[in-house]
Amino acid sequence: MEILLAIMTGILYAAGTYLILRRSIVKLIIGIILFGNGVNLLIFLLGRITKGEPPIIEPHLETFQDIYADPVPQALILTSIVISFGLQAFAIILVKRAYKVLNTDDLDMLNTKDEDS
Amino acid sequence: MISNIITYPLICHMFFSILLMFFWQNIRIQKTLSVLGNSIALVIAVFIFITVYKDGTLVVNAGNWPAPFGIVFVGDMLSATLLLLTAISGLAVSIFSIVSVMRARLRFGFLSVYHFLLLGLNGAFLTGDVFNLYVWFEIIIISSFVLISIGGEKNQLEGAVKYFTLNFFGSLLFLTALGTIYGLTGTLNMADIAIKIESVNNPILVDVCAVLFLTAFGVKSAVFPLNFWLPASYHTPPSAVSAIFSGLLTKVGVYALIRMMTLIFPGDQFLQQLLIILAILTILSGSFGAILQNNIRRVFSFLIICHIGFMIGGLGILNVFAISGVIFYLIHDIVVKTNIFLIGGIIYRIKATTNMKKIGGLYKDMPKLSFLFIIVLFSLVGVPPLSGFWPKLSLFLSSYESGEYLLLAAFILASLITLIVIAKIWSEAFWKKQPEVLPRKRFIYFNELRPLQKWQFITPVVFLAIVSLYIGFGAEHIQILSMRIAEDLMNSQNYIDAVLNQN
Repeated sequence: MEILLAIMTGILYAAGTYLILRRSIVKLIIGIILFGNGVNLLIFLLGRITKGEPPIIEPHLETFQDIYADPVPQALILTSIVISFGLQAFAIILVKRAYKVLNTDDLDMLNTKDEDS
Repeated sequence: MISNIITYPLICHMFFSILLMFFWQNIRIQKTLSVLGNSIALVIAVFIFITVYKDGTLVVNAGNWPAPFGIVFVGDMLSATLLLLTAISGLAVSIFSIVSVMRARLRFGFLSVYHFLLLGLNGAFLTGDVFNLYVWFEIIIISSFVLISIGGEKNQLEGAVKYFTLNFFGSLLFLTALGTIYGLTGTLNMADIAIKIESVNNPILVDVCAVLFLTAFGVKSAVFPLNFWLPASYHTPPSAVSAIFSGLLTKVGVYALIRMMTLIFPGDQFLQQLLIILAILTILSGSFGAILQNNIRRVFSFLIICHIGFMIGGLGILNVFAISGVIFYLIHDIVVKTNIFLIGGIIYRIKATTNMKKIGGLYKDMPKLSFLFIIVLFSLVGVPPLSGFWPKLSLFLSSYESGEYLLLAAFILASLITLIVIAKIWSEAFWKKQPEVLPRKRFIYFNELRPLQKWQFITPVVFLAIVSLYIGFGAEHIQILSMRIAEDLMNSQNYIDAVLNQN
């Protein structure tokens, strides 16, 4: 399971980076989304994949007695999903606006000489 | 609970940004409230600074969860100083923006988002939790995306796309680094990480983690080779926005690097060497870029990169003296960099362009204003009694003493080139005769403004110039302060004790 997830993470990172390096703005967005998912998967993986009990200590005990599943990475992933969702929504609007104003989806064309601005 | 005061700036900015949304259409009330909010934040920041200076580090546990488990806010001397500088620049830029930013932009919630940006900056300086730092970084970049693209002009959107991509990429790298360090140490509290990372017996993975952090913060603070988004985007938004970006946004990255290097990865030879090499390249790329440009605001953008190199280089040497130089430079740089972009804004308002080929005769037209500008520009260069001189002296000496002669050469070269660039701006924009340019239609020139509006343009520049004059002439106080911060940073045990052994 770990190895499969590690390979998946690697593929997502590689695909995301590749797409970010492309010239098309739409591919840029897709690349950012893939990269973000890769990061989430990585955090999930680094929290260790364990088949454990829920992290609740019994009332009469002081410490954990059994292997437990770490809840923190899930909280982190949830937060980062929400944040990157917001950012991706913004990115899509930005790109749409840029496409309307600039009339191109080629990143190499975004080089207006703006000596006057 | 006196230590709760360190959360007040956060509450203040949050309150005002929400309050401003209720006056979406009424721009006049928004302007008044924004200046009021920033003034209150300044008062709070001064109070925090004095308290921390007297009583030492203040720590707040969010929700009263004890330290390594909950999120902590730590107001040590460095954080308190940066809060104060944020409040000073924030107030100046807010006064400047209420008059210089177009009504159309203000009508889309410009000021509300501006307060959110300041909220994120304050939070990033205060937090003692790595994941919380990520969240504050996100608040900063989300607000900055809005500020950089609000208005939607052609070149602005071009700049925004570049700025967005690189900054989002940097955040994702930060998240990767953060996941790795959680996997290694099992904690997110910075003080706790600092303790636990020593017992991790996997030096290669720790180094990988450190380099990931370095890359992520390098993107934010425009370290070579991750800096090309900065000159491509910083000159596009309104001057008030570039002022706050150049003064504070790149410095948050530097702040995070200082924290990481001194607290979590101290004594990492590989990382120090890497930082010094990167600093030299950053300085070279920034200074040569600045020489080549003809647009004043682009020149300033490249100078930001150049001077980031000073701080990264000092951080690479990593001893008390060098760090004190870095802190002093940081203090000086936040004030002066904010100010030069405001000056760029005033020049644009006077001449309707910032292209040096098309402007001239500023000194003849307005000698008093030119005198004000030259004080600020000389502070940037570091002409002796002014503020840039003293930190450069510390950095030169410490790089000489630790035998980093290449870095020393780069520092000197960068100072020289900064001088050349400023001299070029002075002779082109101020001394040269005004070339023949047709007056721009539908543009309100500086002379046509009402006296009150003129003062609103000039007051923030005067205010920041006075602060930087104080930094220059009262250098003794700032030096004592930065030595104290540097000693605190180098003895990270103090920070760890303050966070983990409260009571």
